[in-house]
Amino acid sequence: MAHEHDVIVVGAGGSGLTSALYAANQGVNVAVVSKLYPTRSHTGAAQGGIGAALGNVEEDHWEWHMFDTIKGGDYLTDQDAAELFCKEVIDAVIELEHMGLPFDRLPSGKIAQRRFGGHTKEFGKAAVHRAAHAADRTGHMILQTLYQQCVKEGITFYNEYHVTDLILEGGVAQGLVAYELASGELHTFKAKAIVVASGGYGRAWKTTSNAYTLTGDMQAILYRKGIPLEDMEFYQFHPTGLFPLGILLTEGARGEGGILRNGSGERFMERYAPTIKDLAPRDMVARAMYMEVREGKGVGPRKDYVLLDLTHLPPETIHNKLPDIAEFAQIYLGVDPTKQPVPVMPTAHYAMGGIPTTVNGEVVTDGNNTVVKGLYAAGEVACVSLHGANRLGTNSLGDLVVFGRRAGVAAAKFAKDAEFYDFTSEVLGPSRERIEKILNAQGGPSVADMRAELQQTMQDRASVFRVESLLQEQTEVLKELFDKYEKVVVQDRGTKYNTELVEAIELGYLLEVSEATVHSCLNRRESRGAHAREDYPERNDKEWLKHTLVYKCPNRAVKFAYKEVVLGKFEPKARTY
Amino acid sequence: MQVTLKVMRHDPAKNAKPGWQTYSVEAEPMDRVLDLLHKVKWYQDSSLAFRRSCGHGICGSDAMVINGVNQLACKALVKNLGMLIQVEPLHGLPVEKDLIVNMEGFFAAYRSVKPYLINEEQPPERERLQSPEDRAVFDTSTKCILCAACTTSCPVFWVNGSYIGPAAIVQAHRFIFDSRDKGLRERMQALNASTGLWRCRTAYNCTEACPRGIPVTKAIEEVKRAMIYDRF
Ligand SMILES: Cc1cc2nc3c(=O)[nH]c(=O)nc-3n(C[C@H](O)[C@H](O)[C@H](O)COP(=O)(O)OP(=O)(O)OC[C@H]3O[C@@H](n4cnc5c(N)ncnc54)[C@H](O)[C@@H]3O)c2cc1C
Ligand code: FES
Repeated sequence: MAHEHDVIVVGAGGSGLTSALYAANQGVNVAVVSKLYPTRSHTGAAQGGIGAALGNVEEDHWEWHMFDTIKGGDYLTDQDAAELFCKEVIDAVIELEHMGLPFDRLPSGKIAQRRFGGHTKEFGKAAVHRAAHAADRTGHMILQTLYQQCVKEGITFYNEYHVTDLILEGGVAQGLVAYELASGELHTFKAKAIVVASGGYGRAWKTTSNAYTLTGDMQAILYRKGIPLEDMEFYQFHPTGLFPLGILLTEGARGEGGILRNGSGERFMERYAPTIKDLAPRDMVARAMYMEVREGKGVGPRKDYVLLDLTHLPPETIHNKLPDIAEFAQIYLGVDPTKQPVPVMPTAHYAMGGIPTTVNGEVVTDGNNTVVKGLYAAGEVACVSLHGANRLGTNSLGDLVVFGRRAGVAAAKFAKDAEFYDFTSEVLGPSRERIEKILNAQGGPSVADMRAELQQTMQDRASVFRVESLLQEQTEVLKELFDKYEKVVVQDRGTKYNTELVEAIELGYLLEVSEATVHSCLNRRESRGAHAREDYPERNDKEWLKHTLVYKCPNRAVKFAYKEVVLGKFEPKARTY
Repeated sequence: MQVTLKVMRHDPAKNAKPGWQTYSVEAEPMDRVLDLLHKVKWYQDSSLAFRRSCGHGICGSDAMVINGVNQLACKALVKNLGMLIQVEPLHGLPVEKDLIVNMEGFFAAYRSVKPYLINEEQPPERERLQSPEDRAVFDTSTKCILCAACTTSCPVFWVNGSYIGPAAIVQAHRFIFDSRDKGLRERMQALNASTGLWRCRTAYNCTEACPRGIPVTKAIEEVKRAMIYDRF
């Protein structure tokens, strides 16, 4: 079937729904295409909060937030993006409240705020209460609230439609192809402007906080089409994943006073970040945890994890402010966090890198910011770059609403002056061929085996610490996996809800984003933020204060280009806490 | 240990009638039923169809009937279920394939109660104020993940699929009891209709089925009372 909308948004998480609402607000016809029912999107899993200098609990200023964001990003953050973000996120939080978001409240009736990693007052002096929250289900409430507004506005949704291709001709985005899960039918979508808001790709690793469905689909689709991906070496591992499952326990737990302890009960973060200790940025805490384990100071029979200790907090704090994570520990480990410390280790969590965009969400293809007409991206799939080399907790939810809004408005304005392009159902060809190839393959490897191999090898060779030899090996592993993928087989040849076929297609995307990630890791010969090279342990501003752009080339090769970092108010300095 | 997993399968494209299929799966006591379904799908019979996304009880994708009780597969652990585990699709919604049911009617009922804040007054420049006590009144209803476990456990809904069901009423509760909302009257139409909340027979199944611990029946009773007294 063929469809037509002025603006089409791919993805119904926080960024997609915000874009859709703001685009619709401009008076254009908007539709959202999502492989999940909107409320199933992983934004709903976000727990701890959304950071904004509201100053409700104590004095706070957007400049302080801006400084923290840039320092947290190890100075790779684009300072123009950070400045407008830290200003606009204040209004965005107020606006969410006006939409009905049930934030927790202070006795004064204002929105409550808590401490979070890397957020400080007076440029690093002490931790500050900046994260606005709704218990430990802030993302759930953001997703629900935005979806409620979409229901109110009557926005069109194509749910359980899996986008398989984006029509890009002569530097202009013209439409999409999507596979309808319920029928197995391919659909074409014409659009004057497209906003890509399809989320991250944590499923490239074995241990992750991300949903099974976060497989980097649109990053991969655009990368295959010659659009570069920016800063893919910067992938965040969140310190407190429930061990060994990887399910997240929010940093808000440490914001409320939780402490990390090693095998001898020591509060080891005091040694690594004497000023803000357990509330240091995630990259530093994750590395500290690995160091403790490496030095034999871990916990458990294999000494392979550390503990998150909440037992000194009043049980009411845990029950009222952290009820969901308390339940996760109880259900999945049988541990009651009010009585026992919880086993944790870092878990693959967040992509700082992604599709390069301007501050208005326009997708760009090179270091000169050459724009693809009609194509926008926002949220975790995009890289503006607000988060630089390491994202601060609570800055993603803010990113979704601030840059989701900017992308939605810009897309709608563009669409008003644009025409639909003429294309026929021929554009379905490549998607159909890809699907038929998988459905007709015989005797090749299974999706599950290949995916397990990918995830294990990425975990072993491209996670918290990186080194040339292992990364090099991983590029070879990936080449072999690409070869095998040519023959991947599925047993389900049906048309209705063929979820095995979907998993096979997603595996192809995971291979692409893994390739971009590993090559970018190998290429950057320094350590910065979440990218820790054991063979190049120092940050090197002279050579590497620049964004990476990785392009896919024929024969499993890649090439690199660079984009300048937008500097400004805050000069790069050593990063200590 | 080996667990026997019996799954109610149905592929309407191939087979007019649903039927049980039995698998023997290697499992750990702490495994989730979702893990067992994945083990079957990934290593035994990849045509098995079910929905899932988050894997830890927050997205609402994988509500199903497990050993006769509506639960999320990602929150149901083997150690609490025993060596024979039976899994069926939710009752009362049309089966699309295996454990996947058609959710359109469920979401239509959700939309019918106007599940969004209704307040036409110009908001202040900053946030509207709300006391922690006022915020607490509707706290549990905000936990709903729209998984449909409650609605599809309701005997009234099984008999009459046009009943809006507990999930929609919980959504109405979430707004009616929010001190910032002014939409009770607007929501009354759907709630008072012949398919609305007066069909509830307080069977309590919904409360037991809710994977988020929402006291659903109590919320329904509170909405009924609010409508009788219309005290807003
Ligand atoms: C457990 C957890 C806790 C977190 N806590 C916090 C926090 O407290 N504060 C904070 O700031 N950040 C937090 N984050 C990060 C933040 O939640 C995410 O980065 C953010 O929600 C991503 O939103 P999104 O809109 O970009 O994508 P998502 O919400 O992931 O949505 C992606 C959407 O794209 C759709 N999609 C994907 N591929 C396709 C395709 N091929 N075709 C069609 N549709 C497609 C999906 O259906 C989905 O609707 C957390 C993350 C996790 C995992
Ligand atoms: S998979 Fe998300 S609730 Fe179970």
